[in-house]
Amino acid sequence: MATPSIDRLARATPPSLARKVRGLSDRAIAWIFVAPTILLLLAINIFPLIWTIRLSFTNYAANKTNAEVKWVGLKNYERILTDEDIWSNMTTTAHFLIWTIVLQVIIGFTLAWLINRKFKGNDLLTTLIVVPMMLSPAVVGNFWTFLYQPQIGVVNYIVEFFTGIPAASFSMLGPGGLAPWSIIIVDTWMWTPFVMLICLAGLRSIPDYIYEAAEVDRASKWRQFWTITVPMVLPFLMLAVLFRGIENFKMFDMVNLLTGGGPGDETLLTSIDLKREAFEKWRTGYSSAYAIILFVTVFGLASIYVKALNKVKER
Amino acid sequence: MKRMTLAASAVAALVGATQASAQDNELTLCWAAWDPANALVELSKDFEAQSGTKMNFEFVPWPNFADRMLNELNSGGQLCDLMIGDSQWIGGAAENGWYVKLNDFFDKEGISMDAFVPATVTGYSEWPKGTPNYWSLPAFGDVVGWTYRKDWFERPEIQAAFKEKYGRDLTPPATMAELKEVAEFFQGRDIDGKTVYGASIYTERGSEGITMGAMDVLYSFGFKYDNPDKPYDMEGFVNSDGAIAGLEFYKSLYDCCVAPGTSNTYMGEGIDAYKSGQVAMQMNFAFTWPGFEVDPNVGGGKTGYLVNPKGPNGDQFAQLGGQGISVVANTDNMDGALAYVKWFAQQDVQQKWWSMGGFSCLKAVVEDPAFATSQPYAQTFLDSMAIVKDFWAEPSYASLLQASQARVHDYVVAGNGTAKEALDGLIADWTEVFMDEGKL
Repeated sequence: MATPSIDRLARATPPSLARKVRGLSDRAIAWIFVAPTILLLLAINIFPLIWTIRLSFTNYAANKTNAEVKWVGLKNYERILTDEDIWSNMTTTAHFLIWTIVLQVIIGFTLAWLINRKFKGNDLLTTLIVVPMMLSPAVVGNFWTFLYQPQIGVVNYIVEFFTGIPAASFSMLGPGGLAPWSIIIVDTWMWTPFVMLICLAGLRSIPDYIYEAAEVDRASKWRQFWTITVPMVLPFLMLAVLFRGIENFKMFDMVNLLTGGGPGDETLLTSIDLKREAFEKWRTGYSSAYAIILFVTVFGLASIYVKALNKVKER
Repeated sequence: MKRMTLAASAVAALVGATQASAQDNELTLCWAAWDPANALVELSKDFEAQSGTKMNFEFVPWPNFADRMLNELNSGGQLCDLMIGDSQWIGGAAENGWYVKLNDFFDKEGISMDAFVPATVTGYSEWPKGTPNYWSLPAFGDVVGWTYRKDWFERPEIQAAFKEKYGRDLTPPATMAELKEVAEFFQGRDIDGKTVYGASIYTERGSEGITMGAMDVLYSFGFKYDNPDKPYDMEGFVNSDGAIAGLEFYKSLYDCCVAPGTSNTYMGEGIDAYKSGQVAMQMNFAFTWPGFEVDPNVGGGKTGYLVNPKGPNGDQFAQLGGQGISVVANTDNMDGALAYVKWFAQQDVQQKWWSMGGFSCLKAVVEDPAFATSQPYAQTFLDSMAIVKDFWAEPSYASLLQASQARVHDYVVAGNGTAKEALDGLIADWTEVFMDEGKL
């Protein structure tokens, strides 16, 4: 039945177009179709990347278009890589990245495992859990600022209720070392549902007969979990980690709204610092080098990770 | 075909002519989104009526104002014909060709800079500073000062408690030491069944907040940006003993006397804290004062206004705010933009500007004998404008500002290191910026 309809479609090709494509190979026609996309990619991704690499070797400042642009070689890279403040920001970013991923994986997987069991209200609960990830990061940043407010925010009162520490005596976003953990809490609250959904997809992809076979072999629930559930969900989980890792490496909006990088530089992530260098200080050449270093870091880590992911899939 | 081409050309010409005509009769003024901007919209209706020019306005909230507008200017955008830009932008705007130099225009129209308050001319119009090169007309005078709860200060039981504790009458603080004493006194005090706090000060990290607040205090302790005889020589000036003491004082004020959770607060948060009755005193720019007068909670005589108190050696300075109005070099309606500046410079317009809540910089307005009593805060404004100092107005001001934001916040709010380390670090950062600029 399919062949006649394709034939009918082929015959419906306007004669003028048919004349034009006659004699072209399949490969040529394929190129014609993908060429606009490739051109667009070149224009908006590849060209800016090459241009950024070029700028990173200069002292160019985008707010001084009349100033002479000097070639500075590797000086920008040298300054960045020997700058203690930048390394401090990198450490802050790594702290944020690692802890958000660890917490989101643990909580996300646990939630998925619980939700995967059939119970009344399962669908409603799933919908409620995923609500935070549907919100705009700007909205989340703003309302968590209120939740963290020591005098009116609910977070401090919850802490007071459980620990007896007076609500107004500490600030989640202020001094005292809590701010880096506060942004981790918000990101975990927002993005754990995403990890949960991916894990849920992984759990639901495991055929029941594998568990049934394990039951027949009298494998304990614990053993089933470690030898069936975890290995089969692992590729999904690793994918979730990859997505969250890349996203959080470039985290800007939510943290900028919550703390602005403060107190001091305690929550100054590299993306916030890069934005300030590029669009507040207008050190375009310097910030281009900064961006390239971050790009290479993410790209390098992601490539290694994807290779590991493929190996896990092959097992 | 020929007929179609002709018709298309005619339509294109018509559209072009209409657009050109519309541009000739329209102006867009860019400023921050705040109360004075709303007053300017009202004031500008007179200009629209007189000139037939339609005024459009682009107002951006303060935290994003510099980002948005400097991007606009830098990219050569044509959104704004007129810009009321911040005082620190003037160096960059002049050197990068964003603003039109107004000397010839002022000469031609008989607008004299001598007619304006000198501090505002230096702060808002001149680049290089101290030279008669004008890039804007002083538009809105502003300065950091203090408001205090006059009604609380006057309560007999509070006065008695203060006298018992400090052995003197509770009066509006005249020195920084007194200010801290009063702030400590009110900190955590129960007033009308509500816990109140000593003071609201600037601590914002992201844009310019904590720098404006700390500098407002540091000046009176002896902080100077550089050697008056050797520009950009900062050692011993930025980190002088007085400057170190000033920064320590600002931190002590933050540690002892602010409301919980105020580690990232600026103008808006200060207004909210004061209006809601949370604090006894508030550091803020003068533009906030007209709003307090009409507020149901703190208006109607409940608020007093203070010039920034004196430092330990009797020095008294205040952080300059405010802006000048400039013509954007990229405007396609230069004549219209200049006509607006000319109209705005007139004495009767400036008088009306003041009456609507705009802080005029015209001497004829502020030196009028009736001015000081025209509003409860008028004399404080005048006294404050006489002692202003401003942050670097260099083309690289954003880099200089970000460095001070980081260093000051790290010490005052995060509590890392010492005041000397913060100021030594600031010199290192600023030196690097000036070296990059080729000024050192």
